[in-house]
Amino acid sequence: MLTALLVMAGIAVVLGAALGYASIRFKVEGDPLVDKIDAILPQTQCGQCGYPGCKPYAQAIANGEADINQCPPGGEEGIRHLADLLGREFKPLSEEHGIEKPKSVAFIDEQTCIGCTLCIQACPVDAIVGAAKQMHTVVEPLCTGCELCLAPCPVDCITMEPVVETVETWKWKYPVIEIRQTA
Amino acid sequence: MIRKLFKFHGGVHPEPHKSESATAAIRPAPMPSELVVPLRQSTRAAARCIVEVGQHVLKGQRIGEAEGKLGTAVHAPTSGEVIAIGDHPMAHPSGLTAPAVHIRPDGLDQWIDLTPFDYDANDRISMLANLRDAGIVGMGGAAFPSHIKLGTGIGIETLVINGAECEPWITCDDRLMRERGNAVIDGAAILAEVIGARRVLIGIEDNKPEAVESMRKAVAEARPALPMDVIAVPSLYPAGGEKQLIRVLTGIEIPHGKLGGEFGVQCFNTGTAHAVHRAVRFGEPLVSRIVTLTGNADTPGNYEVLVGTPIQHLLPLMGPRPDTDRFLLGGPMMGFALTDLSVPIVKGSNCIIAASPTLFPPPPAELPCIRCGECARACPAELQPFELYWFSRSRNFGKAQEYHLFDCIECGCCSYVCPSHIPLVDYYRFAKSEIWARERESAAADQARDRFEFRNYRQEREKTEKAAKLAAKAAETKAKLAETEGVDNKVQVADGSEDPKKALIAAALARAKQQKAAIKPANTDNLPPEAEAEIAEIEARRQKALGGSEPKPLGVLTTDNNGGEDKQS
Repeated sequence: MLTALLVMAGIAVVLGAALGYASIRFKVEGDPLVDKIDAILPQTQCGQCGYPGCKPYAQAIANGEADINQCPPGGEEGIRHLADLLGREFKPLSEEHGIEKPKSVAFIDEQTCIGCTLCIQACPVDAIVGAAKQMHTVVEPLCTGCELCLAPCPVDCITMEPVVETVETWKWKYPVIEIRQTA
Repeated sequence: MIRKLFKFHGGVHPEPHKSESATAAIRPAPMPSELVVPLRQSTRAAARCIVEVGQHVLKGQRIGEAEGKLGTAVHAPTSGEVIAIGDHPMAHPSGLTAPAVHIRPDGLDQWIDLTPFDYDANDRISMLANLRDAGIVGMGGAAFPSHIKLGTGIGIETLVINGAECEPWITCDDRLMRERGNAVIDGAAILAEVIGARRVLIGIEDNKPEAVESMRKAVAEARPALPMDVIAVPSLYPAGGEKQLIRVLTGIEIPHGKLGGEFGVQCFNTGTAHAVHRAVRFGEPLVSRIVTLTGNADTPGNYEVLVGTPIQHLLPLMGPRPDTDRFLLGGPMMGFALTDLSVPIVKGSNCIIAASPTLFPPPPAELPCIRCGECARACPAELQPFELYWFSRSRNFGKAQEYHLFDCIECGCCSYVCPSHIPLVDYYRFAKSEIWARERESAAADQARDRFEFRNYRQEREKTEKAAKLAAKAAETKAKLAETEGVDNKVQVADGSEDPKKALIAAALARAKQQKAAIKPANTDNLPPEAEAEIAEIEARRQKALGGSEPKPLGVLTTDNNGGEDKQS
């Protein structure tokens, strides 16, 4: 009886020590789930989800504070990916957070720009160059189309221009099966 | 000499249709009234325009500078005036536009001063730069820059010259080899020297006996320094695919994701060899190519066409029959139907086929895949086309890539043999471009993430730096104060009733007052009496104004205005 107890206690101690060591030795820095969610999000950093950036939204989803359908730039496909990752049901994009739009980039009308730097401060990815009282311009390849620069502009000189398809970005269409009318 | 030839997997035997256009000699195409030279000759890279509207250019003058890693130069195909620089539809299945230089020929066709390139007096690097600036690209259709292919390194043992021309209908390489065999052989010798090849294999499909004969004769005449063999390979589509021809001639099988250069073999088209010959021996940049005009036409043939000639200008040459319903650019297996006939010939355009419903009947309706495996038997890349089809169709792109979607050469063998008439290649093209789009998107997202994180870090750093600066300044002021008003301060602090902050403010106020008192009005010394009288008068007025009625502030006026507006509304 005593021997059995001692043996069991001994095993418990040894296993406990092993587990304790392993938890220190193989500690994972950060939350891998947050990174996985963050990788799915489009990184527009627009804040339409109600969080200041994609990473905070990913954190909120991981903590169960936010739903998966709050990201308009990610669209339906993004929600599907999140649903797959988290093993949840797909749900349509929540309307209060916005609607899915074609990808656009900001364009500054350089004639109207007064060089106030407000848009530069608003840009989450530093995609606008310029200085005080100097004309500003958007570095197009870096712009995520978040629209955060539109509101601060005091002269409304920023517009969103849809990204046009070029020979380099053109995609073959999904083959459509023609349904022919038979007599 | 009997040489052992190898076989590649699969392949099909479509109707060759070579005889229609192969009988007539190459003729020069007449000069069009306007040439449209695209600065973007392929989807890979665009040249930077270096001419202006109104400028007069000579034939062979560079109009576009090579830009980027895969860029090559673009030249004026004839002498004339640049009348516009703007977007024009491109020879691309999308029918999208790309920047192009419009030239109105002056009819003189006057060459710029040409200087042949002396390879003996120059090194390899300048040779490659020379080819890039002569605009030499692969003439087989893909228009890949030749200097990049040559630049992979020396020590390539075998140079393969691709004269297979396996696609039905096309005969431009056939005619080129028959008529200009010597030039092709000379170009091949130059290419061999640049990559340091020890032997040259020229592969020609055995349905072109005249071309084989002509090339053998040219080799015998040229008496090249290294062994050059002209080899007739069995006609089997796609024997002209780079990996397939290398396999047939050398037995080397190039694995997934590798290029010929890594296995000591490099492959160039006969047209490219000819262009290299012209560029090195005569200094002529690539401004024209041979184009086959064939199909449902009365007078098919091969024409020497200037790059930039609009396709609609060439159509009368072949005389398309009345029932022609569309035109294909490239061969029937890999080409595409043109949506716009104003698109210009580019360096990679080898053939225009007039198509009619009788010649190219519309494909029967697509039926479900019956898993017969015909496509896998026909695939020259040894893929599993039916698996790729299922994954592409269901948009399961990860799985499609696992089955080596990107090894597909889009030759069309699988669609050709499919008993259910499934447009398999269309599905692969869709999947490939979708995967590329996703890769671009994810690269952009990664960049945005990095930039966003860096911006947050920068803002945080600026905040702490500012706080540190303020703290340092406050400490400095405090120390100064303690020095000057040491006694007072001590008393106050000892007193305990006064807040040290308040004491600081009081001290600052006192200092400001002191400073204000110390400031004297400028230019008040040694004034003439009249000026002093004036000052006194002004002072008196000022005192009066301050003491008496205050001047009406501006705000009143504005309020009035607002009131008026309110009434109006």
